[in-house]
Amino acid sequence: MMWSWIPSNAGLIRQYTLDNAYLGIVPALLGLVISVPLGIACVRWRWLYPPVLSATSILYALPSLALFIVLIPYTGLTDTTVIIPLTLFSLCILLPNVVDGLRSVPGPVRQAATAMGFGPLRRLVQVELPIAVPLVIAGLRIAVVSSISLASVGQLMGIYSLGYFFIDGYQRDFPTEIVVGLVLIIALALVCDVLLVGARRLLTPWQPRRARRGNRRVLRGRAVLEVPEVAA
Amino acid sequence: MSFLSYAWGWLRAPVQWHGSDGIPIRILQHLGYTGLSLLIAALIAVPLGILIGHTGRGALLVVNVANAWRAIPTLGLLVLAVITLGFSPLAWLIPLVVLAIPPILVNAYEGVAGVDPEIRDAAQGMGMTPWQQVLKVEVPVALPLIMLGLRTGAIFVVATATIAAEIGLGGLGRYIIDGLASNNYGEVAGGAALVVVLALVVQVVFVGLRRLVVPAGLRKQERPT
Repeated sequence: MMWSWIPSNAGLIRQYTLDNAYLGIVPALLGLVISVPLGIACVRWRWLYPPVLSATSILYALPSLALFIVLIPYTGLTDTTVIIPLTLFSLCILLPNVVDGLRSVPGPVRQAATAMGFGPLRRLVQVELPIAVPLVIAGLRIAVVSSISLASVGQLMGIYSLGYFFIDGYQRDFPTEIVVGLVLIIALALVCDVLLVGARRLLTPWQPRRARRGNRRVLRGRAVLEVPEVAA
Repeated sequence: MSFLSYAWGWLRAPVQWHGSDGIPIRILQHLGYTGLSLLIAALIAVPLGILIGHTGRGALLVVNVANAWRAIPTLGLLVLAVITLGFSPLAWLIPLVVLAIPPILVNAYEGVAGVDPEIRDAAQGMGMTPWQQVLKVEVPVALPLIMLGLRTGAIFVVATATIAAEIGLGGLGRYIIDGLASNNYGEVAGGAALVVVLALVVQVVFVGLRRLVVPAGLRKQERPT
C-alpha cells in the first residue's frame, strides 16, 4: 500500500464515490417505487404473481454487463445505461419481499381494520403497508448493496464510478488504487445498509429494538433464501 | 440500428464460428471455467453448509458473511487477484470460487437447519445413526435449497467469468472486452447476446436438474422460483 496516494487523489476519490453512490442508490429507490404498486397488484390479483415472478427470476440471471451492452444503442454511454438494468435487478429482489410482506398481514388485523370502518385504500396505507415494512426494507438492503457493488462494472464501458480505480489500477499495476476502490465500495454499501436498518426502526417503532432471535432468523432467512443472488 | 440487428449481423458471419477464437471454442471455455469453479466451490461449501446446519455451530457467522458478500465488487477482486498473483489460472479461479461459495453455503446451511425437528426426531426414533440421519433424512429434505444455492452460484460464476475477460481470461467475455476496446459494437453485441443465451441455458439446466434429484415427496412444497 502506498498511503500517500490517497490524500493526493482525494478529489478523484470523492467524485467517484459520489458517482458510485448515485448509480447504486437511484436504482434501488426506483426499484422500490415500481415494486410496491406491482406487489400490491400481485397480491390483489393472485394469478398475476406466478408469471411476474418467473419473469423476474429469468431477468435476474442475466449478467449485468450484457444488459448494459444491450442498452447502449438506445441510451448511449450515460448513467441511464447502468441505472435501468440495476433498477430491474432491484425490482426482482424487492417484489417477492413486497408480496410476502403484504401477505404476512394477519387476517384478524385486516378484519379489525375493516370493522373500524377503514376502506380498502386506507387499510392498505395505514395498516397493510406498515406491517410489510420490515420485509420490504430487508429487500431494499439487499438491492442497494448489490447495486452499489454492480455499478462498478459499468466502468468497463467508461461509465464512471469507483470501478475507475479497478481499471486504472490494473492498467498501471498499482494495487493501492484497487484496494481503495474495494474498501470504498464495501464501506459505501455498509453505510447504506446501516441507514436502512435505522429507517426500519424509525418506521416500525412497535417492533422490539433488538428483534428476538427467532424473529430475526425468519427475516434474514427469507431475504437470503427467496431471492436468487445478483449476478455480476 | 437496434441491439439485435448489430448482434445478428456479427453472429451470422461464418468467420466467427471457426478457429481458436471462434464461438464454439469460446462457449466451451466459458463452460469450462464455470464448471470448474462451481465444482470446487460446491465441494467446499455443500459439506460445510450441511455440517453447520446439522450442528448449529457457526450459523450466525455464515449468515453475516453471506450478507457482506454481496457488497464485494467482482471486478475489483479480479483485478486485485491478477496483479498480486500474476497471470496464472489461480488469478481467476480463486475469485470465482470465493464468490460462488457464499450462496451455496448459506442455502445448504438453511436447508439442513430448516428440517422439521419432528422429522429429525422420527429419524432418531427409528434408530438411525447420526450419519444416517444426515445422509438419509436431512440432506434429501434440504435438496431443493441446496440446488437453489448451486443454481445461484452458477449464475453468478457465468456472469463473473464474462467480466474476467478484462484480466485476459478467454470465454465469451472476450468478445465484449475486445469489441469495447476496438469500438466494434457488433462484436460487443454479439458477445452479449451469447452470454445472455448461455445464462438462460444454465438456468434451464439447473431447473431440470432439480426436477431430477429432488425426491418426489418434496416437489409439491416447492415454491415457484
